[in-house]
Amino acid sequence: MNDTSTGNGAHGLMAEFETPDELLAAAQKTYGEGYRRLDAYSPLPVHGLGAAIGFPQTNIAVISFICGVIGGLAGFALQYWVHMIEYPINIGGRPHFSGPMFIPVTFETTILFAAVGTVVALIVLNRLPQPYHPVFNVPEFERASQDRFFLCVESTDPQYETEGTRSFLQSLGPVKVSEVEA
Amino acid sequence: MPEATERRPYDQPTEELGPGQTSYTSITDKITSVVLTPHTPIQWFIVVAIGLCFVGLLQIAIAYLLYEGVGIWGLNVPVGWGFAIINFVWWIGIGHAGTLISAVLLLFRQKWRTSINRSAEAMTIFAVLCAGMFPVLHTGRPWLALYWLFPYPNSMAIWPQFRSPLIWDVFAVGTYLTVSLLFWGVGLIPDFATYRDKARNLLTKRIFGFLSLGWRGSAIHWERYEMASLILAGLSTPLVLSVHSVVSFDFAVSIIPGWHTTIFPPYFVAGAIYAGFAMVLTLMLPLRALYGLHDFITDRHLDNMGKVMLVAGMIVGYGYFMEQFMAWYSASIYENFLMDNRMFGPYGGSYWALLTCNIFVPQLLWSKRVRTSPYLIFMVSMFINVGMWLERFIIVVGSMHRDYMPSSWDMYSGTIWDWALYLGTMGFFLLAFFLFVRAWPLIAIHEIRTLLPTGKKH
Repeated sequence: MNDTSTGNGAHGLMAEFETPDELLAAAQKTYGEGYRRLDAYSPLPVHGLGAAIGFPQTNIAVISFICGVIGGLAGFALQYWVHMIEYPINIGGRPHFSGPMFIPVTFETTILFAAVGTVVALIVLNRLPQPYHPVFNVPEFERASQDRFFLCVESTDPQYETEGTRSFLQSLGPVKVSEVEA
Repeated sequence: MPEATERRPYDQPTEELGPGQTSYTSITDKITSVVLTPHTPIQWFIVVAIGLCFVGLLQIAIAYLLYEGVGIWGLNVPVGWGFAIINFVWWIGIGHAGTLISAVLLLFRQKWRTSINRSAEAMTIFAVLCAGMFPVLHTGRPWLALYWLFPYPNSMAIWPQFRSPLIWDVFAVGTYLTVSLLFWGVGLIPDFATYRDKARNLLTKRIFGFLSLGWRGSAIHWERYEMASLILAGLSTPLVLSVHSVVSFDFAVSIIPGWHTTIFPPYFVAGAIYAGFAMVLTLMLPLRALYGLHDFITDRHLDNMGKVMLVAGMIVGYGYFMEQFMAWYSASIYENFLMDNRMFGPYGGSYWALLTCNIFVPQLLWSKRVRTSPYLIFMVSMFINVGMWLERFIIVVGSMHRDYMPSSWDMYSGTIWDWALYLGTMGFFLLAFFLFVRAWPLIAIHEIRTLLPTGKKH
């Protein structure tokens, strides 16, 4: 990320906006201009922003589903194994394999695995925890979690060129454009 | 750039929030001001002091229980289940409102839930922790409970009985607590980032920085975050319905008169929502007054919560009616006797008190004036809190104290240790909740921001 010839060692350039709409419009224009190494930062989820910077749809749902299936199978298998293989024991004359009675635990383990899988996927895919990131070097950036909206063009972008990109971002009508130190 | 004092054109009020909250800045400042201040209201100290006293009582009650054994409780031979299960069901039920608000109302796109979901989820977690103490402590030797409750073989290599609802309970409550914690924790991450950036004290900044995992609000992260929240809501919805259903199986799967009925799962779930909303109001109304959160928890919120309680209360009323009907329709002398005994037996008074608290008084909620008056709806909620406890008392003790064999009939009442443990968990609940309010974001700030006109379309 640091070894760039065009960016003078900077992480990129960051434009600051006041509303989600301005950010969304700016992101679309920047992507339309051909920039691909972009990220946008907002204090609230802005729908369509991910698509605007070229992020394909997330596959967390698939991960949750797979984890849920594994959880269901594991829960049922545990009960089957305990009551059929490990220690079959006659309790009140009930059959060893009491399928319907195994459903509640199977259901709960399905939900448990799916939920844990979802959260783990969220954290791992987002590469969190990540205490340091260059964007935090911009003093104004602390408002990205409060009331301001930021668009960052990263210096790894092939089209990145400090002065040209800066004047392009200025043309989008931001409050301010600042350089992000790496 | 506009002047700081000038109101920007996009700062507009919104119907979900009060007139005072029109911009991202005002929302952020107002909610963070509860935590990021050296000033703590005196009332907070009073509540925490009361909570601490009762936590002390809880510790004494637990210590003596472990020293002496469950004989210190009022249990006897026909009434083998007493306060422990009553309180367990009561607390678990209270927890349900938090999940309902955060998950079910999210799926139904009820925007007003945003103001109360965080604190209701916190309430859920603390209520489930209180509930969990009872089944663990009623074993008398909790350090051995691992063998009895969890899927782990004991020294005779015997595993727990997976056909028993008591084991289902362990899985249901364990999953419920875990998923509630995850859902709550995921929601907290972006708000911790706000606190990190807003804090001026270095230590506070470091703590919230650590908790926020370095969240920076990237669009790609939000994309995944939104999807994960939706999935967690979708998973929590059937989960919350399953938890109280499983709790009701503890009763319904047995053959005790008054327990062996199919109405139990839906009737328990409705009762849980009923009790939970009453507890949300019990906590939220004083909190709103204490921190001046009237812009976030508006009269509309009270109105809506009142309506939910009214509906849940009527489903519970239908449950009571069905119990009576099935006792008659079954033509079983035991069921018939049970209902007679429930109404006119030695505990008959508590049945009429139950109907008063849970059915008659809440009819006041038909009136909008009652629903939107903080004092009146608080009073109604207190009645429901008591009523829901009485309901479980009647189900547990009412069915057991006169079982099939008259020679073994006996009366039951909680001893001082039963009450000490129960009041102790209330103190724990109060203390945990108020510590949460003082230290962590009590309203989901990033979700509240989406209520503003500029954020709403997104």
